[in-house]
Amino acid sequence: MKYIDEYRDAKAAQRYARAIARITTRPWTIMEVCGGQTHAIVKFGVDELLPKMITLVHGPGCPVCVTPVELIDKAITLASRPDVIFCSFGDMLRVPGTEKDLLTVKASGGDVRIVYSPLDALRIAEENPAKQVVFFAVGFETTAPANAMAVYQAAERGIKNFSLLVSHVLVPPAMEAILSSPTNRVQGFLAAGHVCTVMGYTEYEPIARKYHVPIVVTGFEPLDILQGVYMCVKQLEEGRAEVENQYTRSVRREGNLPAQRLIREVFRVVPRKWRGIGEIPRSGLGLSEKYAEFDAETRFGLADQAVEESSECMSGLVLQGVMKPHECPAFGTRCTPEHPLGATMVSSEGACAAYYRYRRIAHG
Amino acid sequence: MCLGVPGKIISISGDDPLTRMGKVSFGGIVKDVCLAYVPEAQVGDYVIVHVGFAISRLDEQEAEQVFEYLRQMDELRELEGGSA
Repeated sequence: MKYIDEYRDAKAAQRYARAIARITTRPWTIMEVCGGQTHAIVKFGVDELLPKMITLVHGPGCPVCVTPVELIDKAITLASRPDVIFCSFGDMLRVPGTEKDLLTVKASGGDVRIVYSPLDALRIAEENPAKQVVFFAVGFETTAPANAMAVYQAAERGIKNFSLLVSHVLVPPAMEAILSSPTNRVQGFLAAGHVCTVMGYTEYEPIARKYHVPIVVTGFEPLDILQGVYMCVKQLEEGRAEVENQYTRSVRREGNLPAQRLIREVFRVVPRKWRGIGEIPRSGLGLSEKYAEFDAETRFGLADQAVEESSECMSGLVLQGVMKPHECPAFGTRCTPEHPLGATMVSSEGACAAYYRYRRIAHG
Repeated sequence: MCLGVPGKIISISGDDPLTRMGKVSFGGIVKDVCLAYVPEAQVGDYVIVHVGFAISRLDEQEAEQVFEYLRQMDELRELEGGSA
């Protein structure tokens, strides 16, 4: 397919790998932020093409993985109500809550529906006026314009039986949390290409300066990632710490302005709890005052309940790039995609799932 | 979750910029896609689609830069006479 196949060319990948090897003189640790990039790296073996001195660590960019247990529990509470049709992206259904997951609710008769787009959930609300339709609005900045549009259209068209359970997270505060952690070992970032497609990359410029860390906005195909690594290593070797853009075919410096306008209209920045990491100030989106009536937590009076996370799951360390998935004692034994301890083993973008799926030797 | 797939716009419907929809082909599989966030996109353009929304119009010239960068690196090496 155009704009996919050409970026998987093996010869060009080898040329990039050789170019990276030529400029690397010291060990460097680089984090790819987005789970989509992690999967491409592990699936195509991009990391195995790199010189031994380059270590890629996998970032927190998997919204399913960082959604806290209490929100999963709230989703389960809502999905179990007989008056609710609960709509979600498919990834969320097998994420373990405290006692069960959404798939279990569905199996025991809950009306849980997998949708491709938030607009599908809005259509379901229109078609089922006697039911309350709740959409599980999970995602990073990339998904926020879509979810904002669903709420905006619901308000415009007076669709009252529609609401969102919001668990939106933002990338730059998470990167700052990683950089300011005493255990941090990340020296450069490949920033998430689709997040930056929406938001642009001016937000990253103060981070690059403050922490003296190069940040390269990077795409998702093997050649994109290799070029991103090359640009990042080049900066590290030259002692530079700038924001550069590898993914120029999609990302403009200012981002997508119409999308940002609607995000600002419908959402506001709020503190958010990240699974395995804890609360990060100003790291999420919640509905703005004007659209507060579409907030499912308010509509259904879900009290804020603190829930203990499984102590056996070490996904917090994996999400911060401190531990690799196969270094976890539970990996591939007590924790598998069929019986996950944490979301990083469930999501199609989770680092643990990527290792389980593509790294046969590790658990073979 | 931030998966974005490139596809080609084959038709556009609706005049209201905020509800503009289009049919987008992904290697032959056609889906309805909201085009509200790519007001500049026309039939024949490629867009990145995420959960039913086009979030950018792909720039055909910039799409070449991954390969252009490689060519430039190789030329530079030849000029420097490096072969390692």
